[in-house]
Amino acid sequence: MQVFRQHCGIVVTMDRADVDTDQIIPKQFLKRIERSGFEEFLFFDWRYDDSGASNPDFELNQPNAAGAGILIARRNFGCGSSREHAVWALENYGIRVVIAESFADIFYSNCFQNGVLPIVLPVEQIDELFRRASGSPYALTVDLEQKTVCDEEGLNLSFDIDDFRRECLLQGLDNIAQTLQQESRISQYEERNADRLARN
Amino acid sequence: MSEPRTMFEKIWNEHIVYQEPNKQAVLYIDLQLVHEVTSPQAFEGLRLSGRKVRRPELTIATPDHNVPTTDRQLPILDPISRKQVETLRSNCQEFGITLFDLDDPRQGVVHIIGPEQGLTLPGMTIVCGDSHTATHGAFGSLAFGIGTSEVEHVLATQTLLQSKPRTLELRVDGRLAPGVTAKDLILYLIGQIGTAGGTGYVIEYTGEAILALSMEERMTVCNMSIEAGARAGMIAPDAVTADYLRGRNHAPADFEAAVKRWRSLPSDAGATFDTSRVFSAADIAPQVTWGTNPGHVLPVTAKVPQPSDFEDETERRSTARALEYMGLTPGTPLQNVDIDRVFIGSCTNGRIEDLRAAAAVAKGHQVAENVNAMVVPGSSVVRDQAMQEGLHKVFEQAGFEWREAGCSMCLAMNPDKLSPGERCASTSNRNFEGRQGKDGRTHLVSPAMAAASAIRGHFVDIRDWEYSK
Repeated sequence: MQVFRQHCGIVVTMDRADVDTDQIIPKQFLKRIERSGFEEFLFFDWRYDDSGASNPDFELNQPNAAGAGILIARRNFGCGSSREHAVWALENYGIRVVIAESFADIFYSNCFQNGVLPIVLPVEQIDELFRRASGSPYALTVDLEQKTVCDEEGLNLSFDIDDFRRECLLQGLDNIAQTLQQESRISQYEERNADRLARN
Repeated sequence: MSEPRTMFEKIWNEHIVYQEPNKQAVLYIDLQLVHEVTSPQAFEGLRLSGRKVRRPELTIATPDHNVPTTDRQLPILDPISRKQVETLRSNCQEFGITLFDLDDPRQGVVHIIGPEQGLTLPGMTIVCGDSHTATHGAFGSLAFGIGTSEVEHVLATQTLLQSKPRTLELRVDGRLAPGVTAKDLILYLIGQIGTAGGTGYVIEYTGEAILALSMEERMTVCNMSIEAGARAGMIAPDAVTADYLRGRNHAPADFEAAVKRWRSLPSDAGATFDTSRVFSAADIAPQVTWGTNPGHVLPVTAKVPQPSDFEDETERRSTARALEYMGLTPGTPLQNVDIDRVFIGSCTNGRIEDLRAAAAVAKGHQVAENVNAMVVPGSSVVRDQAMQEGLHKVFEQAGFEWREAGCSMCLAMNPDKLSPGERCASTSNRNFEGRQGKDGRTHLVSPAMAAASAIRGHFVDIRDWEYSK
């Protein structure tokens, strides 16, 4: 998996709550059997109008969001469907960090599987980030080792994250390979529970 | 005496293979369900890393999301959909996984067929790359949706790395009034706790109103736990659970011994939840959603809200946006809202009892002019059962379309979808923007309410319905 240590990127702000994964990647693009190439479909129904032209009102299409690598939104980001395609689309587009007041559980887990860092910050700090990002292109530096979010004007915020998940991202660890190191324990568990696991 | 434990804690502890301090638990998974949309990249990952499926017999697959609900003899017209279904077929063959294919009488929506085949049992851990996996918690199992990377992890190891969630008890006292269904109950609860109220939690639904529900109604309740943010929702197994499972294809061979084991599963008296909330069934009326998430819900007797009804600024903006998308004017009685389409089906409400409830309403009536209504059974078994009971005749005589089994217009990945601006009364689980088709407008309701809306052409209070003999 992709290593994540530090990311310095332009911010795109989405002043919306409950952004669901149906919006992040609409269902018509879930028919693909690949894991890449989803960037052009990210936020498709919001990003383009019916003729396929870019919707100038949509956040990602704002001039100050060009080349964004950090997305900031309100509460319950990524709710709804479990589709990991939502994280693939963000990652394929170049978003490596999502900062929100809160995240839906499955989306949050999916981020860690793809080298995307989800950061929870309190409302007041999100408000401040929205204020700072409202004008010309605004960049943040996110440091996972230090657990900080900084800008060039002296803002320095710290965030919490599960130690194990942090370690996996820092080292780009493959969870499956790690679990397979416990293979003998899994086998023992299966032997102990053979009756229960026998499928009728 | 050991500490009283919740049902969740019992199942969780029973399934821990290994856990290092301050790390995630390696949790054993008893059953994985697989469908065509969230699995191709997982199988591809196995191939790329040269890994095998550890326990192929603990995984069952079926195509459901993409499948056409019209003539099954014809090939799938959309080449990309067809390829995805074919990919599932070849992956199952390559890795030795049982597939209930399109021509199999057991095919259907994964969350309908697991219980139907007796694969879903109390005390199990069950996962699927699908957020509505919580459905299976109705049997007193720990069942939750996962992403595709985790699907691959389970295929390769039959385990999952998990942090222990917190527990949330939602107790509903008293009995539901006539005309008020399990769908209304869960929509009401989502409205009360909010779409993120269950985030980080496993919900256990308790109380008289829950225990009085049939097995299928319990599935409707647990199914929508994710709409309140909870990955899993569960209900203690009892005689209703055992009666449902007895005699099913994959039910345990020594059934009575299994029933005896299941008796130890319910939360102990005095077990504490991280959070508990109590509701009264008497407060619940038939519900209709008005906005673009399942928490945007009101009793059918209410009026479309206005943004200023809400205190929170984010909520006010979200309401204004939702009303614009939904094309609704604040203050309009919900019962005056006209509809164009009706969808009866999905893993929430596509079981036989749902179809019976809708047919009872439809019997002797005609679908309103300008309304297109369709009934999509949740599985081929449900479809066969309904046809044996003659329900398809009732629907067809009333002007409903009778279809083959699948997810259909719950998420509109197949050809069943809304056109822009169309308004639909739907028994499904999500009213997100574009969920049933770009710019389509979805209102979530119970099967009876959906059928009644089809006939009147607008929402109606099902409690006033006059049933034909």
